[in-house]
Amino acid sequence: MALESAVIQQKVIDQFGLKVADFVQLHDILTFEVAPEAILEVMKYLKEDETLRFNFLTDICGVHYPEYAQERQFAVVYHMHNWVDNVRVRIKCFLPASNPEIDSVVSLFLGANWMERETYDFFGIIFKGHPQLKRILNMDEMTVFPMRREFPLEDGGRTDKDDRFFGRTQQNC
Amino acid sequence: MSDSSKYTMADAPAGYAGEGFFATKLSDVVGLARANSLWPLPFATSCCGIEFMATMASHYDVARFGSERMSFSPRQADMLLVMGTIAKKMAPILRQVYEQMAEPKWVIAVGACASSGGVFDTYSVLQGIDKVIPVDVYVPGCPPRPEQILDGVMRLQEIVKNESVRRRSSDEYQDLLGSYNIK
Repeated sequence: MALESAVIQQKVIDQFGLKVADFVQLHDILTFEVAPEAILEVMKYLKEDETLRFNFLTDICGVHYPEYAQERQFAVVYHMHNWVDNVRVRIKCFLPASNPEIDSVVSLFLGANWMERETYDFFGIIFKGHPQLKRILNMDEMTVFPMRREFPLEDGGRTDKDDRFFGRTQQNC
Repeated sequence: MSDSSKYTMADAPAGYAGEGFFATKLSDVVGLARANSLWPLPFATSCCGIEFMATMASHYDVARFGSERMSFSPRQADMLLVMGTIAKKMAPILRQVYEQMAEPKWVIAVGACASSGGVFDTYSVLQGIDKVIPVDVYVPGCPPRPEQILDGVMRLQEIVKNESVRRRSSDEYQDLLGSYNIK
């Protein structure tokens, strides 16, 4: 028998109560929110429970929501995959802009190492307990976290572009 | 025996020819020799590099211009061809490759990305390799046709032919390198 979303939801709620919330079926994947301080225990439970068996961490990524409240500015999204039943879940943790910190899950999945480094590189989210939290894709000298919306996408040193010839105005550049 | 009439020889520089001798300027002879034996160092990071592969191959044949031997070591190369987007993280490596080349050395920026950053006006991409190393010839195009790359090589040959043998020890050249903080 396949692993049903309702079963996953019930088991997780029974185990963690108010630390998990907002269960919704999004693009055919069960998605729910986890309190940032509980991410390690929730993920450990999903991985090690006899029924759930989410043995694989597919992806970690960050999202910046500048229009959200200060304490929910950043999201870290985890995708987990149960290879036995071929079922996936998506977990979201919202972090405050003032102190975007969350526990590292490298102790559970070694593959989280580079994904957490990438998320730190682009969003400046601190993964507590990560063995080597430094930039991975951008150059080490970079001072900004470029995927945060307050930083410009374009390079400031560009000299050959005249905005008038590219149809760009203050609003769209 | 091959038919030697098929081959074009490099023209002799201007000089005075007499019975059994020929007199000309040393810098012209050195320029002639350098211009017709430019050993390329291909630094290919993306699609311009694919065009250069066609330029190297038999149909376009960059060997016709004395660039038969691709040097994949900077130590035995004269002409650095930078082909493709250079990320800012790659810039110090490109610079190190340039510094490892022995004098005299020339640089061709092939394509829009190497020349100016191209469409990649973004935080992670170097906006033209002339931000980190001096460039002699810029080849436009995205990517340029092999004919354009060959045109760039031929233009560099003209620069090399007309370069003074003393240029590399001149104050102007030292100032140019100094402006890039090289050496």
